[in-house]
Amino acid sequence: MTDTVQNDTTTDADDATASEPGSGRFADRDTIFGDSPEGTDVWQRVPYNPDDYGPVEDFATDFDHADPDYNPNAPEVWKELRESGCPVAHSDRYGGMWTPITHDTVHEIAYDTDHFTSRAVVVSVGRPGDLAMPAPIGGVPPISSDPPFHGMARRLLLPPFAPKQIEPWEDEVRVLCRRLLDEMGEITPGETVVDAAVQYAQHIPVNVIGRMLGFPEEDEDLFRRFVHEALETVNQEPGTREGLEDLGKYIAAQIEDHRVNPRDDLTSYLMNVELEGNKLSDDHVGGSIILLLIAGIDTTWSAIGSSLWHLAQTPEDRQRLADDPEVMTFAVEEFLRAYAPVTMARLVAKDHDFHGCPMKKDDWVLLPFPAANRDPKQFEDADTFIIDREVNRHAAFGLGIHRCLGSNLARLELRVAIEEFVARFPNFELAGDTRWSVGQIRGPRELPVRILAD
Amino acid sequence: MQIHLDAEKCQGHNRCYALAPELFDVDDFGQAVLLEEGDVPADLQEKARLAAANCPEYAITLTD
Repeated sequence: MTDTVQNDTTTDADDATASEPGSGRFADRDTIFGDSPEGTDVWQRVPYNPDDYGPVEDFATDFDHADPDYNPNAPEVWKELRESGCPVAHSDRYGGMWTPITHDTVHEIAYDTDHFTSRAVVVSVGRPGDLAMPAPIGGVPPISSDPPFHGMARRLLLPPFAPKQIEPWEDEVRVLCRRLLDEMGEITPGETVVDAAVQYAQHIPVNVIGRMLGFPEEDEDLFRRFVHEALETVNQEPGTREGLEDLGKYIAAQIEDHRVNPRDDLTSYLMNVELEGNKLSDDHVGGSIILLLIAGIDTTWSAIGSSLWHLAQTPEDRQRLADDPEVMTFAVEEFLRAYAPVTMARLVAKDHDFHGCPMKKDDWVLLPFPAANRDPKQFEDADTFIIDREVNRHAAFGLGIHRCLGSNLARLELRVAIEEFVARFPNFELAGDTRWSVGQIRGPRELPVRILAD
Repeated sequence: MQIHLDAEKCQGHNRCYALAPELFDVDDFGQAVLLEEGDVPADLQEKARLAAANCPEYAITLTD
């Protein structure tokens, strides 16, 4: 969190192109995800060597969300845990980790900001040390912030993501979806196979959030690589996750560029908005941008992909969407419930007995909202997808103070992406192996589908 | 039927605004605003039930 490194290109500030990547002060902070060298007290390596463990055999006692078999089979894992009477799974991995499975336990922890801190929300082999950004702020506010700072930081970001600010994006999202479908080229029904994740889902949120932030459209591939680094490489050693360092440099350059050329976008908004009469520090601006980029990309991409994965296997649901477009109001929420992509994490703030689980300070706690969404105590026929489910208090966007800031945008993108896909291709089926993501965000990364005759 | 919104519990999921815009608006921060406190007209009672039944934070209560 040093403030000592001066930006050595500021003398050329009149020339926007002088902002070399890595020139901003923000670039020097390598603690965004705590990725600084060991032993600095900013980032502490946890006593965990993945090689000592191997594949998970018993999720109740050795839970690992980064096991390659977890995401493809997660609903079965949750069901087995629930039915074996295990509301909270444990693991010695990552230096100690607890995973509540039921709606009640997930709900309770999400609300308990005294015992569970958000200063780290992605489980990895390291965690913030004593000199890291203090818990009330965290590296990527407000998702990494605790009360009372959380409320202030969040309030700054709420207006640009409120429903009435997001609704006007619908036409642009629709145009984008149609363009992606056009780019799939000539389709021969019964033969052509397209990848609904690679050629479609993954492009939608990254394009929209990039445009909202005012970043160059040609950088989309970079954003996606950053996200992969942040979320799918949790078992790699700190210091070897090069993408994270590059992300810091990239954001610093964007902040510099916006300093020289302010414009009507989220980046300029963040640089100008005031918190108690003061503009935000570059650290705060950069951290929030990272949050928006990462949270806004593979989450919604996963939800779109999972929904299309479902529809590829359910002709009756495709037919219902075609016959009764109004059902989409409920269908979107059911996709979100049944295929919620996001599992968050907390750190235990102080030793705490949680329903008989002896949680120790700095233990990780996963918050699998997708598992809560399939708890039969909370939802009738929880493992059944009911396209017109009318009572649906799902927790796909979290519960409590950290409710997903981008939920209105995510819903818009999900709805329009499905509408446009099924309008273009009313019938399609799985065509080969679906490859699922690894880690806290669950969704298909490769989803080959064969387009069928209408 | 009486309807009540607990603004402290609302986290801005916006389910009520989407399902029952006749009863709920949202403010500039995306927080729910109840358009009219108290009695729900007969023709909107089904929508009120829907809104209450879909609030993830249990912020909406109905009483007879």
